Amino acid sequence: MWRFVGLRVLQAVPVILAVITVTFFLVRAAPGGPFDTEKAVSEQVKAALEARYRLDLPIHEQYLSYLGDLFKGDMGPSFYYPGRSVNDLIFQGLPITAELGFYALIIALVIGCLAGVFAALKPNTAQDYVPMSLAMIGICMPSFLLGPLLVLIFGIWLDVMPVSGWGQTMGDKVLPSITLGAMYAAYIARLSRSGMLEVMHQDYLRTARAKGLPERIVIWRHALRGGLLPVISYLGPAFAALLSGSFVVETVFQIPGLGRFYIQAAFNRDYTMILGTTVFLSTLIVLFNLLSDIVAAWLNPRLRYQFRK
Amino acid sequence: MMSFKTRFIALSMILLLAACGGDSGGETRVEVGNREGVFHFGNHSEPQGLDPHIVTGVPEHHILTALFEGLVTKNPETLEPEPGVAESWDISEDGMTYTFHLRNNAKWSNGDPVTAEDFRWSWQRAISPLLGSEYSYMYYPIENAEAYNLGREPDFSKVGVSVLDDYTVQVKLHSPTPYFLQLLDHYSMYPVHRATVEKFGSATDRLSQWAREGNIVTNGAFALTEWQINSHLRVEKSPLYWDADKVKLNAIVFYPTENLVTEERMFRDGQLHRTEEIPLEKIKAYQAEQPEITHIAPWIGSYFYMLNTTREPLTDVRVRKALAMAVDRALIADTVTQGVYRASTALVPPGTVGYTPPHLFDYDPERARQLLAEAGYPDGQGFPPIDILYNTHEDHRKIAVAIQQMFMQNLNIQVNLVNQEWKVYLDSHNNMNYDISRRGWIGDYVDPYTFLSMYITDGGNNKTGFSNARYDEIVLKAAPAELDRDKRYALYHEAETILLENMPILPIFTYQYKHLFTTSVKGMPDNIMGYYNYKYVYLEPEA
Amino acid sequence: MTEEAQQILNAMPKGTSLWEDALHRLRKNRLAMFGLCYLGILIFICLITPWIAPYGYEEQNLRLGAVPPNSEHWLGTDTFGRDMFTRILYGGRVSLLVGFIATFVALIIGVAYGAISGYAGGKVDAVMMRLVDIFYALPYMIFIILLMVVFGRNLLLLFLAIGAVEWLVMARIVRGQVQSLRQQEYVEAAMSLGLSPFAIIARHLIPNALGPVIVYTTLTIPNVMLLEAFLSFLGLGIQPPQSSWGVLISYGVETMEEFPWLLIYPGLALTITLFALNFFGDGLRDALDPKASRD
Repeated sequence: MWRFVGLRVLQAVPVILAVITVTFFLVRAAPGGPFDTEKAVSEQVKAALEARYRLDLPIHEQYLSYLGDLFKGDMGPSFYYPGRSVNDLIFQGLPITAELGFYALIIALVIGCLAGVFAALKPNTAQDYVPMSLAMIGICMPSFLLGPLLVLIFGIWLDVMPVSGWGQTMGDKVLPSITLGAMYAAYIARLSRSGMLEVMHQDYLRTARAKGLPERIVIWRHALRGGLLPVISYLGPAFAALLSGSFVVETVFQIPGLGRFYIQAAFNRDYTMILGTTVFLSTLIVLFNLLSDIVAAWLNPRLRYQFRK
Repeated sequence: MMSFKTRFIALSMILLLAACGGDSGGETRVEVGNREGVFHFGNHSEPQGLDPHIVTGVPEHHILTALFEGLVTKNPETLEPEPGVAESWDISEDGMTYTFHLRNNAKWSNGDPVTAEDFRWSWQRAISPLLGSEYSYMYYPIENAEAYNLGREPDFSKVGVSVLDDYTVQVKLHSPTPYFLQLLDHYSMYPVHRATVEKFGSATDRLSQWAREGNIVTNGAFALTEWQINSHLRVEKSPLYWDADKVKLNAIVFYPTENLVTEERMFRDGQLHRTEEIPLEKIKAYQAEQPEITHIAPWIGSYFYMLNTTREPLTDVRVRKALAMAVDRALIADTVTQGVYRASTALVPPGTVGYTPPHLFDYDPERARQLLAEAGYPDGQGFPPIDILYNTHEDHRKIAVAIQQMFMQNLNIQVNLVNQEWKVYLDSHNNMNYDISRRGWIGDYVDPYTFLSMYITDGGNNKTGFSNARYDEIVLKAAPAELDRDKRYALYHEAETILLENMPILPIFTYQYKHLFTTSVKGMPDNIMGYYNYKYVYLEPEA
Repeated sequence: MTEEAQQILNAMPKGTSLWEDALHRLRKNRLAMFGLCYLGILIFICLITPWIAPYGYEEQNLRLGAVPPNSEHWLGTDTFGRDMFTRILYGGRVSLLVGFIATFVALIIGVAYGAISGYAGGKVDAVMMRLVDIFYALPYMIFIILLMVVFGRNLLLLFLAIGAVEWLVMARIVRGQVQSLRQQEYVEAAMSLGLSPFAIIARHLIPNALGPVIVYTTLTIPNVMLLEAFLSFLGLGIQPPQSSWGVLISYGVETMEEFPWLLIYPGLALTITLFALNFFGDGLRDALDPKASRD
């Protein structure tokens, strides 16, 4: 088991390194330098700034010194907000995005699993069609459509929810979390439904039923574990998707999270911020994928056996 | 399974209700603010920084005028100069020497007194060539300031700023500048606390951290207490301010609302006292149903398109004139901008302290087509596709879309739209990397000069390639030396005529600003500069 | 054959090929058929749009402004007085175009890459799949935004950027298929006959791997359309006066209180089309391999 883990961790390292490298060179290749606004002012100022950001070094030296700093945990100063470092900004936006993502994930898991399992219990009946159609809507309606619609209905017409912000007025965390969680609830519903369907007809369940166990216990204690396995494996990609999805939701609801910082940085050509955020998020995603794979392997007795040998 | 499901549904309903309950029951943020004297200010975008000598931009301006104070402030109703750090001043007969007597009880937020030396040092820093302040031109009326700023004069003592004693500053101008006192209220001329700046690095280090929460030391009516990027920035009444008794607000919170549709919703939701904008589609409704909170008033600003005269086909003045005549400004003003902007065919807004700009042309598609044909593009044949650049904003997009259509319809030419974010957009200007670009200019003070001074040869705000010797002569030499207002205006008129005959810019509108204010806000009267003096502002709980 | 034998033969149920089986199952799936019909009609309308559109898509009528649906403008007008019915039609052309082309790009790259990797096996396969893993771990949204912001917003770049992201899963699927097929006897036969690897891949492996590929392609198109819509929402996709459904939705959101029809109709158009694509894709998957695990 530990060999498995160790191997995967080792595999993660070149991935992260590759991300850093690709992003670094992509960002440097962009047309227009970060200090061109300063050109109007004077060459002296521009030169001083470039020296500060080490832009006057040859590119491979810049790369290596960036790696060196990264190792120490320093992602450099922001180009757009002079006097602030990328670390500052990332760690300011991160807790908010994490909280948003967490709520969205909980909503997605709870609603998704419940809906999917519920539907799987009576396939091809109304109990199946209704949740699955709702799930389809969740997949087909983009969050930048769903979000504003929810704001319109609950924030303005019914006036029971705040229209924007995070942590500033009571209840302003509800709509964004629902908007973000909706699409993943839909995916998870479909996943858990198909997972359950596969498992429902397995022999070991038949045995349990033949033993006379009530259906509830059959489902709860035996079926779920196998049926929800695809959901566990999906958690890794779901995390990545949630992160990207948060960009939209944060923009729509004006939430000062990491996603919004990233989009602003991209538009403002804040290169160090872009680089820092990308590296940070990619590392998180890789770690989360790793975690999800490990948990899936641990839960799946077949896989576990494989590694015992 | 059933009982579990019902239990779950019940639980989620309870949670949902709990989450909602808080909002519809209690007081709104505005109501609490009215009671506690906290002003919630919609400020459009996140300030890049708080160093008054480095930043540029209106959001920064709103915050800096709360945190700092210059020699002179202004009355919000009349815009007449009022004592700031300077409690009185003398102006010489020839209008070229100003002597400011500073009050002796003005303090920095850390208790240090504000002295004449603070101003001298700050101004030296502000126009130091190494700092690269984009507003250094505000200092140019001062003797030798320009030379110092451009590195031609290395000795600051030659610049017309001298400290006569701890509380007296004398300024010598190189020509009588009637609006000089107004200049002093611009944030680029505010003092900064020397010890703090030097504690965090050299005086000319643009990346210094001195202007951050926890570090910054200010001398204004309010002091910075909280700054969370992308969330809010809070300033609170400073007990050390010399006029603290007059200040009625306890705190101001600035929100980077960015999206004007969301901002309007926040206002309706009772989260803001004031919005930076009003979405164009809502203006008619607000004016009809709630005129008391709708503030739309003339603003000393000009909305126009810059034409890059160094790029084909815009090198030909006939092409530029054709473009100018092909735009039906009145129609766009009425429909797209809902009457908020006013059509304009000149650079300087009319009525700027009695000045009347020249009127050289009108919307004339026939004549425009003629000119285009004369320039070698009959019916748009052979005219290369050109781009209209604008900075990302809902209003600019709408206006650009309408104008794009007018160009295509009236002149049969192909025009593309390109939008860029503010910084990148400025970048494009500096590199002259555009064909046509949207531009707005809000006057820094109330005098036509603030507009005309943009288009001197190689001016930092020119960026069109326009250069005319007679124009330079008027703007740089003749006009500043002319004390008689009518004669000066005649010179302005001549200069602006030259400008419009060459059409490096395509005038479109003069601005009105549009804000929503709750009725609880008092002491922020409309004025042509959109100027706020927070000392006069107070909140009255609404009936 | 004797009369009798012939009669017995005729009476037996006809054997069907794998494809015919699949087609039969597909036809029975009503949702999928609805999806297919809708798509067919939509594509047809979008193709003939330039001839049937009542107005130009950029034709403005500033004095008119935004009006709700009426007899002259079936779906109303936007704030510039432009006819929404026309704009939605043209928007559909662009959205579908982006959807199909970007997916096609992903398809070509993914199939080629996956087939080569699966066929080659061994070290080559390991390296190629490692590369896929690396790219898969990159937060694609970040890169696409970066690409569009930095290199300009043009349509071609949009296709490439989106396509470059979607090929990864395709490659994985094809590789998996090719790997399992490779073991088959007819492939070994072909190899011993001396057929070139290229011919084997092209003529035997790919056609048999097509099943999941077709399914996945159909399911990728809606993802691509959503991605394009999101980019347009951020202001990175299609530029005015052109529009796609994504652009129309983002404008509609701005004025959804005053002029709800500007949001409802483009929103419906996008959502229903995505429905249809998803239903059809699901139906295809069920038809081709009813026992396959979903997602």
